[in-house]
Formats: sequence, structure tokens, C-alpha cells
Amino acid sequence: MIEVESLSLHRAGLPVLADVSLRLPNGGVTAIIGPNGAGKSTLLHCLAGLIAPQSGRVRVEGVDIHRVREAERALLLSLLTQNPGAVPRLSVRDLVGFGRWPHHRGRPGPTDHALVEAALERFDLLPLAGREVEALSGGQRQRVFVAMAFAQATPWMLLDEPLSALDPKFARDIMERLRDVATAGPGVVLVLHDLSVAARYADRCICMKQGKILAAGAWQSTVTSDLLTRLYDTPMRLAEVDGQPVVLSA
Amino acid sequence: MRAERRLGALAALLVLSVGFYLLWNLRAPFGFILGLRAERLVALVLVGAASGAATMVFQTLIGNRLLTPGIVGFDALYVFLQTLLVMLLGGAGLAQLPSPLLFLGETACLMGAALALFGLLLRRGAGDLIRLVLTGVILGVLLRGLAGFAQRLLEPSEFAVVQQASVASFNAVDGTLLPFAAVALLLALAGALWLAPALDLAALGRIPARTLGLGHDRLVMQGLALVAALVAVSTALVGPMAFLGLLAASLAQQLVTSHRHVLLIPAAAVLGAAILVLGQFVFERLLGLQSALAIVVEFAGGLVFLALVLKRRPR
Repeated sequence: MIEVESLSLHRAGLPVLADVSLRLPNGGVTAIIGPNGAGKSTLLHCLAGLIAPQSGRVRVEGVDIHRVREAERALLLSLLTQNPGAVPRLSVRDLVGFGRWPHHRGRPGPTDHALVEAALERFDLLPLAGREVEALSGGQRQRVFVAMAFAQATPWMLLDEPLSALDPKFARDIMERLRDVATAGPGVVLVLHDLSVAARYADRCICMKQGKILAAGAWQSTVTSDLLTRLYDTPMRLAEVDGQPVVLSA
Repeated sequence: MRAERRLGALAALLVLSVGFYLLWNLRAPFGFILGLRAERLVALVLVGAASGAATMVFQTLIGNRLLTPGIVGFDALYVFLQTLLVMLLGGAGLAQLPSPLLFLGETACLMGAALALFGLLLRRGAGDLIRLVLTGVILGVLLRGLAGFAQRLLEPSEFAVVQQASVASFNAVDGTLLPFAAVALLLALAGALWLAPALDLAALGRIPARTLGLGHDRLVMQGLALVAALVAVSTALVGPMAFLGLLAASLAQQLVTSHRHVLLIPAAAVLGAAILVLGQFVFERLLGLQSALAIVVEFAGGLVFLALVLKRRPR
């Protein structure tokens, strides 16, 4: 479980996060949504322990995430940042293998190799395993980074806008795989801008505006057209097309 | 395995260069001539290996393949120290100082200055390495200006002493210093290899490395301490060589097609040594020249630097 208590953060005198509290049960897909500047990425980075809040605390599986070293933190959660960079000549297998670093600290064993192969297989990366990450398309590359986060085998996977710059086919592919992952194993928390994707794949949502949580809970029971309209300050409507939920901007 | 084979080929090239350098036109008295050549050879190998390995580690930590440790003002500090010593002791006084004492003092001074700079600028975390580099550049300019001013106050003969010390030279290496330098450099190289797996991860960048559990700030301090040791010892041994490391590290990146530092660091070290040994062999044995190697290596390194800058894709 992730427990956030009264998290506050100010930058240049302005609140980026204002007294944020929430509880996320294990498993499932949680989408953090909200307009630009709402504090979504900042909240995600606070959950990951990369940004220390001025007050409040974050506990992941009972551990205060800002009071432990990187090594211990990396066993509790993985984080995929926006536009992660690759290293020249780094192969897909090597990059996914980096996901095992928190477990082997640079000296991988047979279990680590086996789990890397399993992650490659799970994300259909075996045919690309020997190729350089830099030579892949944006969608393939994003799949590799998600596989790396998966190989980390943590109770939580945090992803900051994993679908940015991806076309609908690749975006759908990534979300289908994350949905599969979340059904069987770790909880997935991700920042999303595409509300139709969020509506289709998220079990829960955290709706943020001006550093505060406007609403949070199960997607079905929490998100309404009225809430989205208030959240984005523009008329929005939840609808259904061919049995799939979509969000329309009027 | 291709990268390992390429590293093996580079090692073979170094062995071949060493063989040529030692045995080419060898005449009696063999022992005496071999002894003389071996002394210079050890200095060439140590300085080349230290420059290559230090630059490779430095570039990974800073996240920039164009920079060398010289950018943070090592060379300028060395020239400033030489100028200061000549000013205080005079050219003759400096020559009378026991060379091990001078060597250890200069090494300690260079390392102390580097660690003070790193410690001061990175104590709040290694998130702002560009600030470190820029501060080093500015300090280098300041020290060069101070050294230039001080040199104008020197007698012509003393100025000549400073000038000679300001350019790397392998012609008058003090053999008594080599054991100290060899032990220090081997320990630092072993340390760099120990850090190699962590450097692989650090190459992803600070935030991705931290999310994967790497104590990035601690690694930066450890790595920069090793870089300081490698550069300080080699500079105090023969003088400053700013671009040799860039040449060796760039070639290693091109030739050893791997991201793994356990291969890249030895490759840069072997290439740095091979460049110096081969260069010295060509200049000394084939062309009969005595002192042009450092200048030519620096010139070639400068050209590589320019080529890398011009080739770099805008992001």
C-alpha cells in the first residue's frame, strides 16, 4: 500500500502540492490526471522519493520513502521518467538487465538473467534483444523502458507520461501490457494526459488541480462529466463508443 | 564477445609498440640501453593509461563525451604551482629540492585542490555537475592569468625553467619517481575498474540511476577522487597533457563497441599508453626528434575535440 499524509511542497512561494493525502491499495492501474501545472509529475516524483516534500510523508509498504537509501527504495518501486535517455551501444537486453541492478548491485546471477529473459518475453522484446536501444522507434523504445521497470520486480511501478509522443497503436500496446502486469502483480501508477486511455484502462484515479486532490477513488464511481469539466475548466463529457469509454471535449 | 576481442587487439597493439620501442636498433651495451629505454617506456605507459582511464571515468560522471579532467583547471593549477615554486625558490633552488618530495608535494596539492573543489560544489548532491565544470573553467582562467602575471616578474632564466615545466616531457623523467607513480596509478585504475558496473548505470543519467538504486552522489565523489588521483600523479610526473585523454577515450568509444566500463576503461588506458609509446617510437627512433611528442599529441587531441564538437547532433 502507498500512504501519503499531508504532503506539501512550495516552489518560489507558490504551492506545488498542498496538503495532499491519499491511500492506494496494492495492485491495479491508478491514473493521475489533471490540467498542466496541477502537480501530477511532482506528486509522482514525491511518491518515488526523488523530491523531498517540505512537510508530510510517503510510506510505501510501511516504509517512509524519504528516509531510506536509494538501494532500499529501488526494491519497493520503479520509476519511469518522461523521455528517458539511452546510452550509445546499449542493447535492449542490457537495458532491461539494468532493472535487476537493485537486486544484484552489479554482479548478476542466474536468477537475474532468467528474470531479464522473462521480462523480454513478456513484452515481446526477444526478437529485438540484441539491437541497440538508440536504433529503435519511439514506441519500441518505450516498451523496452517499461520492461526494464517491470524487471525491477517491485510492488509498485510509477510511470510519468509513458504515452507521450506515441501514436495510438503503440499507446494502446503499452497500456494493454501495463494492464496485464497490474492484474497479476505490481500496482501501476501513471500520469496520463489522454483521458480516453485513462477511462479505458484505469481502475482508480487521482484528479489533481492546483496542487490539490480534487477527487480520488475508483474510476467508475468517481469520474463524471461534471468532475472533468471542473477539473479542466472546459466542458467535457464521458461517453461510450463501440462499448469503449471515451472522453469528449466539447 | 566482439568488444572483448577488440580490447584484446588493442592490448596486442600496445605490446607490439612496447616491443618496437624497446628492441628497435638495439645495440651493445644492451643492458644499459634497455634500462634507459625501459625507464622512459614505463613513464609513457603510466601517463597514457592514467590519462585515458581518467577521461573515460570523468566523461561518464559528467555525462558529456567532449570534456576532459583538464577542463576543471588541473593544467592551469600545475603551471601556477611551478611558477610559484620558481618565484619562491628560484630556478636553482627548485632544482635542489629532492624530486620525490617535490613530486609528492605537487601530487598532494593537485589532489587536495581537486577534492576541495569537488567537495565544495557537490556537497548538496551531484545534481549540478555543469556548475562544477564551469567553476573549474573559470578557476583555470584565473590561475592561468595569475601564472602569466607572475611569469612576467621572473628573470629570463627562471622564466625558461617555468616554460620547460609547463609542457609535458618524457625526456627527463626521474626514475626514482616511477615506483610511487606506478603504485598510485595501479591502485586508482583498480578502483576505477571496481566502480565499472556502477558507471554503466550512471551513464543513464542521475535520475534513472537513482531510481535503479544507485547511490549516484556517492559514486560521483568516489569517481572524481579517482580521476583526481590519476590526473594529479601523471601531471606531477611529466607535466600537463590536456587532450591525450580525450583522444584515447574517443578512440576507445569508437573501437570498443560496448557501453560496459569494464571494457571501456581498460581500452582507454591501453589506447592512451599505445598512442604515447607509438608516438615516441616514431618521433625518437624513426624521425630522430626528441621533444615534439607532447605537442603533436595535444595537436591531434585538439583536432579530435573539434571534430567531435562539429559532428555532434543538436538536441
